[in-house]
Amino acid sequence: MNEVIEEKISTEYKYGFATDIDSDSAPKGLNEDIIRFISAKKNEPEWMLTYRLKAYRHWLTMEEPDWAHVSYQKPDFQDIIYYSAPKPKKVLNSLDEVDPELLKTFEKLGISILEQERLTGVESRVAMDIVVDSVSVKTTFTKTLAEKGIIFCSFGEAIQEHPELVKKYLSSVVPSNDNFFAALNSAVFTDGSFCYIPKGVRCPMELSTYFRIEAAGTGQFERTLIIAEEDSYVSYLEGCTAPMRDENQLHAAVVELVAHKNAQIKYSTVQNWYPGDKDGKGGVFNFVTKRGICLEENAKISWTQVETGSAITWKYPSVILKGDNSVGEFYSVAVTNNHQQADTGTKMLHIGNNTKSTIISKGISAGFSNNSYRGLVRIAKRAENARNFSQCDSLLMGDQCGAHTFPYIEIKNNTAVVEHEATTSKIGEDQLFYCKQRGIDNEKAIGLIVNGYCKDVLSQLPMEFAVEAQKLLEVSLEGSVG
Amino acid sequence: MLSIKNLHTSIDGKEILRGINLEIKEGEVHAIMGPNGSGKSTLAAVLAGRSEHEVTEGEVIYNGKNLLDLEAEDRAREGVFLAFQYPIEIPGVSNVNFLKTAINEIRAYKGLEPMKAKDFLMMLKEKQNLVELDVKLANRSVNEGFSGGEKKRNEIFQMAMLDPKLSILDETDSGLDIDALRIVANGVNKLKSKEKATIIITHYQRLLDYIIPDFVHILHKGKIVKSGAKELALELEEKGYDFIKEEVEA
Repeated sequence: MNEVIEEKISTEYKYGFATDIDSDSAPKGLNEDIIRFISAKKNEPEWMLTYRLKAYRHWLTMEEPDWAHVSYQKPDFQDIIYYSAPKPKKVLNSLDEVDPELLKTFEKLGISILEQERLTGVESRVAMDIVVDSVSVKTTFTKTLAEKGIIFCSFGEAIQEHPELVKKYLSSVVPSNDNFFAALNSAVFTDGSFCYIPKGVRCPMELSTYFRIEAAGTGQFERTLIIAEEDSYVSYLEGCTAPMRDENQLHAAVVELVAHKNAQIKYSTVQNWYPGDKDGKGGVFNFVTKRGICLEENAKISWTQVETGSAITWKYPSVILKGDNSVGEFYSVAVTNNHQQADTGTKMLHIGNNTKSTIISKGISAGFSNNSYRGLVRIAKRAENARNFSQCDSLLMGDQCGAHTFPYIEIKNNTAVVEHEATTSKIGEDQLFYCKQRGIDNEKAIGLIVNGYCKDVLSQLPMEFAVEAQKLLEVSLEGSVG
Repeated sequence: MLSIKNLHTSIDGKEILRGINLEIKEGEVHAIMGPNGSGKSTLAAVLAGRSEHEVTEGEVIYNGKNLLDLEAEDRAREGVFLAFQYPIEIPGVSNVNFLKTAINEIRAYKGLEPMKAKDFLMMLKEKQNLVELDVKLANRSVNEGFSGGEKKRNEIFQMAMLDPKLSILDETDSGLDIDALRIVANGVNKLKSKEKATIIITHYQRLLDYIIPDFVHILHKGKIVKSGAKELALELEEKGYDFIKEEVEA
């Protein structure tokens, strides 16, 4: 079995290629001047600079957290370039004006924006905001959306065009001093996505952002803010790939979701950033803060994530259930192989009455990897009749990997009903043999078994993503069981 | 079709089969009986290709090919089917999806195109009726939450769908009540043909009331110690396995 695992480890990262686009970069390192440089580059108003500097000064007083079940060489924050934008900075009116190198990159990733745009006229329900090295290159579909009053643009644009909304909601869910990485992000974020769904509007298409870390040695600090007004609905897709690099790349994004009365936000992620080579060299450090708030009654926020990439994943998409009858959901598949380490889970904070949360977490570990689920369910004293159901399953492939579960439950109101189920299993020789005896070979059998195991989560993904995610699972685990 | 010559196997260094000889022709039904621990299920597992069993001596020729050289999945693709004594659960994978994958893998091996969805569905319906399988079961996850009887019936349903040349039923009757037994046996009988052969491994004579074997073999301590017509099974039922032991050891 181990031989096959080792064989798999030699499988190279499929998306490892680098595109030659000139970057307009800041010098390495971080200080107040760099932050001023970024803010000036982005032509930001004074209040944004103030916000950044405040976050930065706070960050200086903070320690990098070490409570997660991961071990890594802490990044040298003075050895990172905090700003780099693709060169052709002129305003783009059509995709024809986009750097052809860039378009080629997207093609390699299998994202054809040309295809996307061609399809728009007909039936496509996906709008994409493409972010390369922190600057949105082109936002498609904006027009269609604008007709409904939906704002979907880069964060930089939102600061310019909709300062009142940004001012009102930025850091309303994740305070700029929330944690070490959130503070860093608040100080130096360069771009990201902004989305606003007005009252009573059901967003007619899936909104989608493809993040991509491009320039060597560049950290990526994305900022995403989604606001769903009363009675509105939006489904947002985030997909990520990064080219192969030798040095570790830091990624510290912040995502904030705000759902008003009766509003629903569905946020789906498929993440397959470079996990490092077979010896655990290289790979992306993914330290993300994702949090949503159900601000008023009957609001609903669902996080669905399929995580197969990154050397280190530190990520806990959470929901604050403030409004009465509000609902939070977390569906997660996390796959680790080789030397990958993932510490991921969620926090469900019940504050309102009759609030409900569901957590379904499926961890898959292979190779020498470590996969941890860490989750908190907190029922506040005033939260009457809160309910939570958690199910955390771990699947082990081979005998060199680890699976860990750290569930934290804090209940301060005795009307709460909290259920927690956890299982750990191994892909059994029996299951594999059963498949083989029916004519299905090892690789196909593993794909079948793993996809079956993850079904409850994959079924939450929009169609466009579900197929991609299924393939990704199979590729990520190729040859991991003998 | 199948020729087993002087087959010896061991697991973890312990010898289980100690020189099995068996010839099976197209159209025949062979019953293999024997007390617990005599090696019945081992024989089934070795023929199907379970890797933990080591073949130390002998050969198995199946339709002109050395069966022991083939991977388990290739044996299946060549038409060897094992109905498991304890069918395995695969959570989240529907029976239908499982069978479609299996059928298309077998077809690909033979150089055929994947089966058309319409043809597949028609076949599904037909075979469901054949083994009287509840439509709901076909759409549920493979064996998950099935009762013992449902699992066994599902094995026969899979057998019907995959249309094997050589079927090995490993204690398919164990845990079945009399009605389920009849349904399973009917299914097997309907699937019999002149081109196909069946090996029935069983502890009791009961199943053989429904599926009439052409030959009965008695396995004892890893060897076939007695072969005969179906009457041998009745004799065995009457006198118990002790009479074989006495005969062999006398």
